[in-house]
Amino acid sequence: MARRIDLWATLTAPLVSQNPVTLQILGLCSALAVTTSLATALTMSASLTVVLTLAAGVISTIRRFIPETIRLIIQIIVIASLVIVIDQVLQAYFVEMSRALSVFVSLITTNCLVLGRTEAYARHHRPVAAMTDALGNGLGYSLVLIVIGAIRELLGKGELLGFVVLPSVDAGGWYTPMSFMLLAPAGFFLLGALVWAVRSLLPEQAEDAEFSSPLPSEGAE
Amino acid sequence: MSDLAYLFFEAAFVDNMPLTLFLGLCTFIALSKRTESALGLGVAMIGVMGLTVPLNHLIHRIILAPGAWAWAGYPEIDLSYLSLIAFIGVIAAVVQLLEMVLDRYFPQIHASFGVFLPLLTVQCAILAGSLFMVERSYDFAQSFVYGIGSGTGFAVAVVMLAAMRRRLAYANLPAGLRGLGITFVLAGLMSLGFASLSQMAATL
Repeated sequence: MARRIDLWATLTAPLVSQNPVTLQILGLCSALAVTTSLATALTMSASLTVVLTLAAGVISTIRRFIPETIRLIIQIIVIASLVIVIDQVLQAYFVEMSRALSVFVSLITTNCLVLGRTEAYARHHRPVAAMTDALGNGLGYSLVLIVIGAIRELLGKGELLGFVVLPSVDAGGWYTPMSFMLLAPAGFFLLGALVWAVRSLLPEQAEDAEFSSPLPSEGAE
Repeated sequence: MSDLAYLFFEAAFVDNMPLTLFLGLCTFIALSKRTESALGLGVAMIGVMGLTVPLNHLIHRIILAPGAWAWAGYPEIDLSYLSLIAFIGVIAAVVQLLEMVLDRYFPQIHASFGVFLPLLTVQCAILAGSLFMVERSYDFAQSFVYGIGSGTGFAVAVVMLAAMRRRLAYANLPAGLRGLGITFVLAGLMSLGFASLSQMAATL
């Protein structure tokens, strides 16, 4: 029983309180680049969660056979192979989406979140725990992507998943789309605001003033 | 303006890796706490990107591109699905090589880089450089210029961000915005500035 509760905690902790994006500074690159619409954000979240969970499972299974010195290369090769599979599946069944995501699916390979979790967690834990942790982190990442993707698409185009929510002026409605939301700077501002919101709700996450206690640069991968 | 010079400008400022394409953000944010580490990261980025993009271009053209094996009588072979593994392997090898050379001949520079050099293997921006090179079918000279250019753009951006973050020591920020939050806002403001450069490029 204790073991199940443990797994449950491993799964839910990364959702908000240990969120990979807003707290661990992992996987930022794709978190901003693909969030101009909710659909791309969803596809990206799903791809990353699948890759992360499978990679954690594989690496955790073979963890006793990986020599310490070349572990990074092995982990990257496992991840890259999984990413190639996902990329080919997307190209085969979702051509439009694959074009919209461009190189960002391939870039899951170097997503710091995947390597960060396999390196920090999967390497030292049994497959079930490792995959639970990976799934939790994947979902936490997805949560951030979906929130930002929804805000950007709603305010930028007045739509959600392509359906009109706020009728725009061009189509005879009242809403003037803020195309600024679709540009790069808005992504930064929104993520900054999100981090601020999360840390105001959970004050224990707030960082100390930088000049008094510099944090160790965790998650620099 | 000649084509190559324009490409350099475009790679460095218009399509700036961290600020307009959101690539390499993890290192961009994590290593911009101090100006020295930001400078080291910037120089390493220029070196690694200037080497890996043209190298990957050669590998792509000679081995992986569709029809690359036509001379051997196999025109139908298309290995381009292997490019991801090949590119990441080249990047890991170049980073390792650079580390060994620096360690052997320039130990002081090597010491100042510290942990950042091996981390470059998993830098999104470096891999993205090679992937964009394939997607936009650059030739060898263009790949070289593109690699150096995007490395330079990254270096400029990360040094500027580090310089700004130092000034935050004197700012009285709300607790929740400290650290990561305000860094995103700063990066957003810089991104606005770089967006205006793309207007400039349109008139060149």
